[in-house]
Amino acid sequence: MKIYVAKRLLGAIPTLIFISMIVFVVIQLPPGDIVTSTLDRMQSQGVEMSSEAIQNLRAQYNLDQPLPLQYLSWITNFVTGDMGYSYLFNRPVNELVGERIGYTLLITLSALLFTWAVAIPAGVYSAVRQYSLGDYALTTVMLVGLATPSFLLALIVMYFGYEWFGISIGGLFSPEYRDAPWSLARLGDFLSHLWIPMVVVGLGGTASPMRILRANLLDELNKPYVITARAKGAKPLKLLVKYPLRIAINPFISTIGVLLPTLISGEAIVSIVLNLPTTGPALVQALINQDMYLAGSFLMLLSILTIVGMLISDLLLAWADPRIRYE
Amino acid sequence: MSDRQFHDAMNPDNILQVRDLAVEFHTETGRTAALQGVSFDVPRGQVTAIIGESGSGKSVTASAIMRLIQPPGRVTAGSVDFAPSGSAPYDVLALTDNDARIEQLRGDHISMVFQEPMTALAPVYSVGNQVAEAILCHREVSKQAAWDEAADMLQRVGIDELQRRMKQYPFEFSGGMRQRVVIAMALVCQPDLLICDEPTTALDVTIQAEILTLIRQLKDELNNSVLFITHDIGVVAQLADHVVVMHHGRVLEAGTVRQVLKQPLHPYTKGLMAAIPGLAPKGQRLATVASVVGATDITTAHPLTRLADGRQISLSPSQLRALGHE
Repeated sequence: MKIYVAKRLLGAIPTLIFISMIVFVVIQLPPGDIVTSTLDRMQSQGVEMSSEAIQNLRAQYNLDQPLPLQYLSWITNFVTGDMGYSYLFNRPVNELVGERIGYTLLITLSALLFTWAVAIPAGVYSAVRQYSLGDYALTTVMLVGLATPSFLLALIVMYFGYEWFGISIGGLFSPEYRDAPWSLARLGDFLSHLWIPMVVVGLGGTASPMRILRANLLDELNKPYVITARAKGAKPLKLLVKYPLRIAINPFISTIGVLLPTLISGEAIVSIVLNLPTTGPALVQALINQDMYLAGSFLMLLSILTIVGMLISDLLLAWADPRIRYE
Repeated sequence: MSDRQFHDAMNPDNILQVRDLAVEFHTETGRTAALQGVSFDVPRGQVTAIIGESGSGKSVTASAIMRLIQPPGRVTAGSVDFAPSGSAPYDVLALTDNDARIEQLRGDHISMVFQEPMTALAPVYSVGNQVAEAILCHREVSKQAAWDEAADMLQRVGIDELQRRMKQYPFEFSGGMRQRVVIAMALVCQPDLLICDEPTTALDVTIQAEILTLIRQLKDELNNSVLFITHDIGVVAQLADHVVVMHHGRVLEAGTVRQVLKQPLHPYTKGLMAAIPGLAPKGQRLATVASVVGATDITTAHPLTRLADGRQISLSPSQLRALGHE
């Protein structure tokens, strides 16, 4: 088991190096850079800069160096914990990321838990009562959820939240708590705002795990080992949970890693609509304005999270299934 | 299930009496009758074998006895009277689906050894856990006590190095060893009746002999009754006291091993005996069941008639008269 974990951790390193290169190339792909977009903005305000000033600006941002060198200085700083400076927000990237990535993680993970809390019982019910009215009803609801774009759902929730309850849904805090220090009241306010992005981000993701679980469980329900356990005299609920469900959940665990990036990218759009202080809107802003350190750092961090998610799901799977552990 | 019209009272020498058992399977093409009026006895403390071809209904009979028939299958008629030691006999099929006696029946009073040891054990739990669970399902004992008891039983079925082996998973066991584990799991609660559904079919010949010896030896030690399902007449001769011959979901002939194997009366049983390779003279083409049964119609249902020597047989009145039975 220790060897397995060590192997997986070592295997993640080349993947991350490769991803960092791709990230760097991708954020350089659009024509121009932060200086040209700054110049554009200044020109539109009627401010002209001398070519000497432009040269100085480029030198200041290291933009006059060849790409490989730029990459090297960026990645070296990144590894040592300095993610650079955001020209867009005029603040160190570390600060910007620090205050946003926590909310992203919180919303993503709570959306993941919401997805499971809905998908697992629904999948089990659908498999145990296959072709029943409830099975069809659940499947229909889930597929409608899958087909509804999350930003549309966010808009609908906002509209009805305002029409029916007169509350403003946007953001993660009510105005009076937005800049207040943390307190129980602020936490309560936060939680009352959290459920909306949680449901909106999570709902679209429930259909696929539910159908996966239903199919897995249907495969397992009449396996010989289940009949053995039934012949042993196991009570129906214990029989279901301990045997077929336990084994049907394994492929489910392996999808955690795949689910994370989906949720994170879904979160970006929902966050823009709902005006949430997460990484998503900042990433979009950074990409539009070619704020390369900010954009690169966000992309890198989200990639690391995805790889960590994959690793966690692989370790969970090894923990849950001895056949993998012993290979 | 409760529409039993007539069946004789429970004979105290029998642990199980199956009467007029009928099971149907609903398929897309209609209903298929898997069992049509199956009746036989399982005498207490003895080994009763059910033999028959694939599809004759042997395994369905076993499943019905343990209430393991799942949709699309359905028990449509008959009774399975069961007399566990120390409690009054009752009809297994008359229990409602949520009667707690069903769980008690399964594993505690009747247990089953399955055909496929490779798939009968769950892959994600240790062998010790799965055997101990059989105890924990039926008795209020600590996990440690159940584990120790499981260890005793695993030792009796011939598993060595218990401390290490019990913590291993089924995929770390060979086929023969897994079947020993399944047998231990079935016997750990000391059931009154052990049903073995072709327990040696998936094993190679030397392991088969070991497992059969083990079943016989444990039966003598634990003094339980055994219902042994097989298509191997050699196994029947080696192991059983009584034989039930099944074909197309019906019982054709039933009696002691000596009666049925030595002097078969039913044309189908005669055909089966003639088709055993070892008994046919060398250098001749082996007889098939069809060649011996010939034009005799064995698919038409005739009621089981009890002959003077105690054996039961399903024949037409004219065939019975030909045997000198009125």
